[in-house]
Amino acid sequence: MQLPPAVHARLAAGPGAAEPLPVERDPAAGAAPFRFAARLVRFPREHEFFEEGDVQRHLYLQDVLTGVAGVPERPRVPEFTCQMAGCCQVFDTLEDYEHHYHTLHRNVCSFCKRAFPSGHLLDIHILEWHDSLFQVLSERQDMYQCLVEGCTEKFKTSKDRKDHLVRHHLYPGDFRFDKPKKAKGPASPVAAMQVPTEAVGDDGDTMEVCSDHMTPPPEPVGEKRTSRHRIPSTICFGQGASRGFKSTKNKNKHQ
Amino acid sequence: MLSPRQGLLRPVGCGVEELRRRRREREAALRRARREQQLVSKRLLRDDTPEEAEGGSVASILGEAEIQQFLWLAQRGTEEKEREGALVSLRRGLQHPETQQTFIRLEGSMRTLVGLLTSNHALLQLEAARCLHELSHSEQSEVAEACLPATSYLLTYLAGHSSDLIELCLYTLGNLIVESEAGRRQLLPQGIVPALASCIQSPHLPVLEALGYALSQLLQAKEAPKKIIPSVLASSIPQHMLRLLQPGPKLNPGVAVEFAWCLHYIICSQVNNALLITHGAVSTLGLLLLYLAGSVQSPEDAGLELFLLQKHPSLLPEGLWLLNNLTANSPSICTSLLSLDLIKPLLQLLPVSNVVSVLVLTVLCNVAEKGPAYCWHLWPGPLLSSLLDTLALSDTDVVGQSLELLQLLFLYRPEAAQAFLQQSGLQALKRHEEEAQLQDRVLALQQTALHR
Repeated sequence: MQLPPAVHARLAAGPGAAEPLPVERDPAAGAAPFRFAARLVRFPREHEFFEEGDVQRHLYLQDVLTGVAGVPERPRVPEFTCQMAGCCQVFDTLEDYEHHYHTLHRNVCSFCKRAFPSGHLLDIHILEWHDSLFQVLSERQDMYQCLVEGCTEKFKTSKDRKDHLVRHHLYPGDFRFDKPKKAKGPASPVAAMQVPTEAVGDDGDTMEVCSDHMTPPPEPVGEKRTSRHRIPSTICFGQGASRGFKSTKNKNKHQ
Repeated sequence: MLSPRQGLLRPVGCGVEELRRRRREREAALRRARREQQLVSKRLLRDDTPEEAEGGSVASILGEAEIQQFLWLAQRGTEEKEREGALVSLRRGLQHPETQQTFIRLEGSMRTLVGLLTSNHALLQLEAARCLHELSHSEQSEVAEACLPATSYLLTYLAGHSSDLIELCLYTLGNLIVESEAGRRQLLPQGIVPALASCIQSPHLPVLEALGYALSQLLQAKEAPKKIIPSVLASSIPQHMLRLLQPGPKLNPGVAVEFAWCLHYIICSQVNNALLITHGAVSTLGLLLLYLAGSVQSPEDAGLELFLLQKHPSLLPEGLWLLNNLTANSPSICTSLLSLDLIKPLLQLLPVSNVVSVLVLTVLCNVAEKGPAYCWHLWPGPLLSSLLDTLALSDTDVVGQSLELLQLLFLYRPEAAQAFLQQSGLQALKRHEEEAQLQDRVLALQQTALHR
């Protein structure tokens, strides 16, 4: 159907509402036995009016099959090696490298080399494990922050925090990213924090950053510290993204 | 719970008639489910291309021993490729409901899977997440609910930076959310709303689409108006949603669809729409609608929606409802309808269906009730003969609304009553003299017409 000429003219002339015609109502309008009154109509959620739309929505959900991340679809590039010190993992797709980097190198503690799933957890770890001022302050005030984003509660001990996580936030009692600090102190070269040793059937999956590396993980003391925690400028992850998404925290924590 | 999986895995080469028949069946099943408030649909993320070099393109069902073997290899294999391969095999096996059942019944299996999910091995982590995703998509409640121990980890990873993993976690969470109220009761205290509010700032489109999906499932829940929507509205999520619905070259359809549904669930729950309006929801949505209709003009030109409607008849009820709410209290929009000659196109929509007729007539009543200046433009014109046509119908709602419009027209434009008589209007009215819901109004109109 063609647009009426008046619409064309209006579009050509540009925006601007027409001067409204004067409104003048007669009390007989809509009077009994008639009943019309102009009114806004609202439908509640479950109303039948939305049935058709909901049906279409659900057909869409069932039919849309999104390609899974990784596997043959991704373009292959000539093999390259991870540039992080001590890591010799090899990749042939950028996406695999991106995932590897973000998992193992992105949020790494410069003191003990543990990798964390997020900047938030890394920050808490550094504060609680490697900041001597923290220890002092925590004797006088509640310093152990809740791990859940959006919760501002703080606690006297890590056990109190754990109880809060379990009772208030329904976290599992053995949440793997909440290991209490070992008595030995910050330079302790123990196994990775990721896997609890009491877990059934779990291996102590060690902190090897390079899986081909046959020697055990190096001691923190003698090793060159990796102080860069941002993505190296030579790396740019495709998909038009800026280098990962912006983290509001500065993770350049040196000793 | 609903289960048309055939749509995803149907064999290629099915006849068109067969496909249509299945689609109608699926639609009917969805309608039934909606009426019973049991509407549950999940999204699946899966690589559809045939697997290479693994021997055979169809995954077979795995037994208990095989599952145990794969899990053991994944955990303790010495070769990296061997460990990944084991998980890949497990994942493919988990496409089958039987394997899923066996898996969840195997003691320690979920615990091991979660261990792999949280391990230090990037690709194992991703494969474990894919296994969880397959399980979350199951139609069998016990299978999906077996995934609930993993939710705190799925949420933790949303704050990470691997977009592949985040996307998977979001789709998995979305499936678990819609699965059961138990899942939602756990996810809310675990902080799903703040987690989504952070994640929605991601620049990655696949992540955003996945997030929109998960959020839409959360907002669709029965208890959402009381327990979920208030905290979503209090977060930064609404502003981000509206940002992602801005029309223009950056608008991504997959992402926009999800967030449009999110907005719908929020708005029709009527928790705090005023807040959305202050964030600019009305102008964003208006501009979006116009953008989709192929126009870039200002939102005051209400009539342009009509052209969107003509291209998409299935949207007629929703579009006309919108037009009703726009015209009910707005003299300027009613004036626009008249000055843009949009009455005729509206009248052309009358024959579509009874529901559409009533809506069209209601919009016209909104215009007519504003008084003589408006009715002056309604007659002479095609309106009267269209009304005579509607009087020939038998649907009481349609006829009733026509009578209301006639009363307004006769009141504010007496000459129209005269013309009505000349076009055998009285005979048209007579048809409905016996109808209980209509007779009083029919009588009143007969008298008005005769005494002018």
